[in-house]
Amino acid sequence: MEKTKERNGKVLFSNYSLGEGVRKALSLSRDDILFEVKDSKLKGRGGAGFPVSTKWMLAAAAIAEEKYVICNADEGEPGTFKDRVLLVEYPELVFEGMIIAGYAIGAKNGIVYLRGEYEYIRKSLEDFLEQMRKDNLLGKNILNKEGFDFDIKIFLGSAAYICGEETALIESLEGNRGEARNRPPYPVNTGFNGMPTSVNNVETLGCIPHIILNGGEWYNTLGTEKSSGTKLFSVSGDCEKPDVYEWEWGITINELLEKVGAKNTKAVQVGGASGICVPKSQFDRKISYEDIPTGGSIIIFDENRDMLKVLKNFMEFFVEESCGQCTPCRIGNTKLLEGVEMIENEEYTFSYLNKLKDLGKTMQVASKCGLGQSSPNSFLSILENFKDEIFSHEAGVENGK
Amino acid sequence: MENKKNGRAPVSQKPHRIEKPEHPEQIGGSVRIQINEKELVVPLGTTILEACRDNQIHVPTLCHHDDLCIAGVCRVCVVEVENMRTLQASCAFPITAPIKINTATPMVRKARKHIIDLLLSEHYGECYSCFRNNNCELQTLAKEYGVDHYNFGHIEKPKYKVDTSSFSVVRDMDKCVLCKRCIRTCIDLQEVGVLEAVGRGDETHIGTFLDKQLSDVICINCGQCINRCPTGALRANDPRDEIWEAIDNPKKHVVIQTAPSPRAAIGEEFGLEAGHSMTGELNTAMRRIGFDKVFDTNFTADLTIMEEGTELILRLYNALVKGEDANKVPQFTSCSPGWVKYLEHFYPEYIDNLSSAKSPQQMFGAVIKTLYAQEANIDPADIVTVAVMPCSAKKFECNRPEMVDSGFKDVDYGLTTRELAQMIKETGIHLPELPKSEFDDPFGNASGAGLIFGATGGVMEAALRTVVELVTGGKVEDLFENANITPLRGFEGIRYVELPIAEVGEVPEMYKRYFDTWDWLKGATLKVAVAHGTANAKKVMEDIKAGGKFSECHFIEFMGCPGGCLGGGGQPIPTNATIRAKRAEAIYAEDEGLPIRKSHENPHIGYIYENFLTDGPCGHKSHELLHTTYTKRGEYIA
Amino acid sequence: MLVFEKTFLAEEIEQLIEKYGNARSALLPILQEIQSKHRYISDYAQQEVARHLSIQPVEVYSVISFYAFLNSEPKGRNIVRVCKTISCDMKNKISIVKAIERELGIKMGETTDDNKFTIEYTNCLGLCDEGPAMGINEQVFTKLTPETAVKHLHEVVG
Ligand SMILES: Cc1cc2nc3c(=O)[nH]c(=O)nc-3n(C[C@H](O)[C@H](O)[C@H](O)COP(=O)(O)O)c2cc1C
Ligand code: SF4
Ligand code: FES
Repeated sequence: MEKTKERNGKVLFSNYSLGEGVRKALSLSRDDILFEVKDSKLKGRGGAGFPVSTKWMLAAAAIAEEKYVICNADEGEPGTFKDRVLLVEYPELVFEGMIIAGYAIGAKNGIVYLRGEYEYIRKSLEDFLEQMRKDNLLGKNILNKEGFDFDIKIFLGSAAYICGEETALIESLEGNRGEARNRPPYPVNTGFNGMPTSVNNVETLGCIPHIILNGGEWYNTLGTEKSSGTKLFSVSGDCEKPDVYEWEWGITINELLEKVGAKNTKAVQVGGASGICVPKSQFDRKISYEDIPTGGSIIIFDENRDMLKVLKNFMEFFVEESCGQCTPCRIGNTKLLEGVEMIENEEYTFSYLNKLKDLGKTMQVASKCGLGQSSPNSFLSILENFKDEIFSHEAGVENGK
Repeated sequence: MENKKNGRAPVSQKPHRIEKPEHPEQIGGSVRIQINEKELVVPLGTTILEACRDNQIHVPTLCHHDDLCIAGVCRVCVVEVENMRTLQASCAFPITAPIKINTATPMVRKARKHIIDLLLSEHYGECYSCFRNNNCELQTLAKEYGVDHYNFGHIEKPKYKVDTSSFSVVRDMDKCVLCKRCIRTCIDLQEVGVLEAVGRGDETHIGTFLDKQLSDVICINCGQCINRCPTGALRANDPRDEIWEAIDNPKKHVVIQTAPSPRAAIGEEFGLEAGHSMTGELNTAMRRIGFDKVFDTNFTADLTIMEEGTELILRLYNALVKGEDANKVPQFTSCSPGWVKYLEHFYPEYIDNLSSAKSPQQMFGAVIKTLYAQEANIDPADIVTVAVMPCSAKKFECNRPEMVDSGFKDVDYGLTTRELAQMIKETGIHLPELPKSEFDDPFGNASGAGLIFGATGGVMEAALRTVVELVTGGKVEDLFENANITPLRGFEGIRYVELPIAEVGEVPEMYKRYFDTWDWLKGATLKVAVAHGTANAKKVMEDIKAGGKFSECHFIEFMGCPGGCLGGGGQPIPTNATIRAKRAEAIYAEDEGLPIRKSHENPHIGYIYENFLTDGPCGHKSHELLHTTYTKRGEYIA
Repeated sequence: MLVFEKTFLAEEIEQLIEKYGNARSALLPILQEIQSKHRYISDYAQQEVARHLSIQPVEVYSVISFYAFLNSEPKGRNIVRVCKTISCDMKNKISIVKAIERELGIKMGETTDDNKFTIEYTNCLGLCDEGPAMGINEQVFTKLTPETAVKHLHEVVG
């Protein structure tokens, strides 16, 4: 697929030519790469924000016959589409990131777990990989580096948001229901087929070639103290220019709204359905690990939106997308949704809603995986931040319904 | 790891455990931890739950079961681990670092209560109309956490239809808490694979293939899922009402036979520790309930040994001497209906290897409605035969269409240990307090060989006690101290024993019409094996298919349930390895105390061959009454 | 299912096994191919796949029931999936749905009598910047209006 848009950014959307990153990486030792990544202070872009170098070092230290590098392209968080843009327009970054990861941790196999909804880009990715094989960027003795073999396969999902959770993703790869595993042991020890596995987000991997080329320190100069580098933002909702943007960490919501041409904004959902809903009064907050961390989903709501409807949409999403194995998430989300419906039908009592908020807090700590742990976020933040609107029946125009 | 016939279980349901070191006492083998401020040292890889239990710290659980791999899905067992943002499921958390654990913080207590509230909100039905009332893990949790109202509402209408299609297992999914124990039992423990989680999100439920009813899929009726279900979602198909009706009907002559395992376990239903044999008390109880005759299934177990043992000798003779039907060796036992159905489905090409001898339950039914009816001068049409069994598959077995050789349904009802205990309670009896009494004539008390049928390896031991003596003319006691063939005992999944036949004796009268010398067995080595639980059976069958060592066996005992009948799907709940071991001890102890411990020495057996089955074991008459045929069912689900 | 259909299907599955192997990890790719060809995975196909992979049919069914894009019930030859998640919802997805429903004379979740279309909802398609969006089989269509949505339906069947 062609690059359809001119994009500008300091890292991912900057100039790059195929093979540069891998070539540089292969001239370094594995440890050098690990240290470079460490210096960059790059954190995982899939949402959890785990330091990439720690994950890689653990995987590199594990002793096993096989190791795997998995690129998490399940991008299912509502309002997130930056991974799609990377895969369509910058596949070289992602694939090279995988190759470098493989080199660093000692893996020969890379797997891209591509969500079923993105099946239409599979062909172009396969073609691209084929070209990379021809260019000796994949296959045996890559770029004549004796003994370094690496190849990438694409594995298609079949539409299940939970398969973005890394252990559920591995279950899915193994041919099972995408149900999150118990941890420990973690994938870096016991991952795909029981082998050490590093699961990384598309964007995380995409940053790697640039970090290798320009150095970890350079990367760390971007962003804020605890949030190094840049971040891709998937912006949608009520604004003039919904798109994917690359900005440094630390941008305030106000600045962001300004850039995308959002007007009369009432609320911004940061981090998708599992993120939090920020009201106007807090638009000076910064998007960064210090303040509001995110995987990059930004959904903008203007003054005409009914926040209860928004919340209902999110809760319906979780009720359907929970894998259904653990109690707090399976039944808890249903209860939260029921609570929203009670408000909708004016059948609620505040004492029951308080019980539900309490339940939400239990879900955050007692659920088995990140889905159930984060699904109450919007419930809690929308009911808290928009209580005046929701409980005083000033709800405006319906959400396009 | 995958796709081996013996490893088909979904990896998600396998314990992603951290193996414990062999020598935890060595440096690096143990970790120092703190639970509720208490300093402890535990072997690396110990789960938090294990550590708590070993130190008498109570942590509630629901999805956890000692027999099964770890699921970590109910989240009832959560605890706080210092420096971790979220609570951790103690059953699923292997300790690999020095951590500080707190099992009773406000957050933990609240989370557990919430989880119980959530489960109750979807749990349809009332405790007082549930057979698990007073023995339900959800109920216990609700009590433990002082639930006095439904915090998050309560489902008012059932969501599912109760599946009563199976003769053996009833599924009431409205009581299901999705602990997945049944799945782990069916797929991992038994490797049958009827049940799995179906759907996702709020639609998740436990289902069968295409959500068909149980009778339409490949369920072997072993009922192991029932034994491990924490609630009343799974139960056996209960015939108590019909049996009460028969008892209350003065025209009916209601006869009950009891298998060896129920008596070794029924005390548990009355609050006794596992391992109390209640034979005598049970006899009294069954009479007080109103059964007209109380018989011992062990009698037909002895008969089974005579028939099955003879069949084995004939198969060997045909194969070794006549060179015929070599493929019919090894002979497989056929007294476990779960195993029989398993074979019919998964290895139908081997049904000829199954002994054609009926199970003791079915032999007794046939004998009662023919010989007994004749002797007692009762119209068999008026006889109702009930069989107390440790087993849910027996309910299916007695309903097999071919089991009508008496001219009637040979066994009318299969009753589980649990259901009998219930009938006893309904009669107002506290079993342990009853005086003991004997079994009724004309079958009287049976041999210890019949008794040990209840434990895995027991059928083989009983058979060898007889076959060895018939062939060598010597005494088993000369080979095995006190006639206890210990290599066949225990709970090892698969056991293999070789028995050289050095000397042979006189051919007994009853075999003279087949051959007149045992010389063909002289110097031979009898190879036998024992497997319990269908997962182990599968391993043996795969080995046989591959021409491995078990294909050279002569006789193999298969039991569908782990532990054999004493671990059957009709036994008291709960079950675990310790409980099963105690039941086995009770059975073996009772055997040792009996005057007659070999089937062929049971005088009633002699009587029956002299007076009724006059052409001897495996003769024409016994074939009509005591033998059966099997069906090649295959795996295809229509 | 007719006997010859079964034979075809059995052969097809054998070829898939050859292509993907018989390890459990081959399950999803195999199911995906059957799904994309037949738009559903019949009970016979499920059992055949289970047999080849040495797993139980219920495990195959269980997996199918987990994933939104796999079906065990017959569907139309073309599956239309309209995104119902928040960003598309806000971009008036309901007008798209209504237009499609009217055009095909069926409701969401149903299949047309001529078996040409099944229409259903799906969760976020990852096209939130270009909503409202929908998928028809493996293709996606964005920035829909009621009119273009219906036009795409007709284009797909040619
Ligand atoms: C419900 C859920 C969905 C997730 N979805 C994704 C996803 O679509 N893409 C992704 O990269 N990470 C996703 N994650 C995070 C992954 O579990 C994992 O942390 C991530 O892939 C690790 O890569 P990173 O360190 O590069 O971020 C999800 C987590 C949860 C709990
Ligand atoms: S939290 Fe939700 S998605 Fe995660 S394991 Fe539990 S039920 Fe599944
Ligand atoms: S007992 Fe530990 S999660 Fe259920």
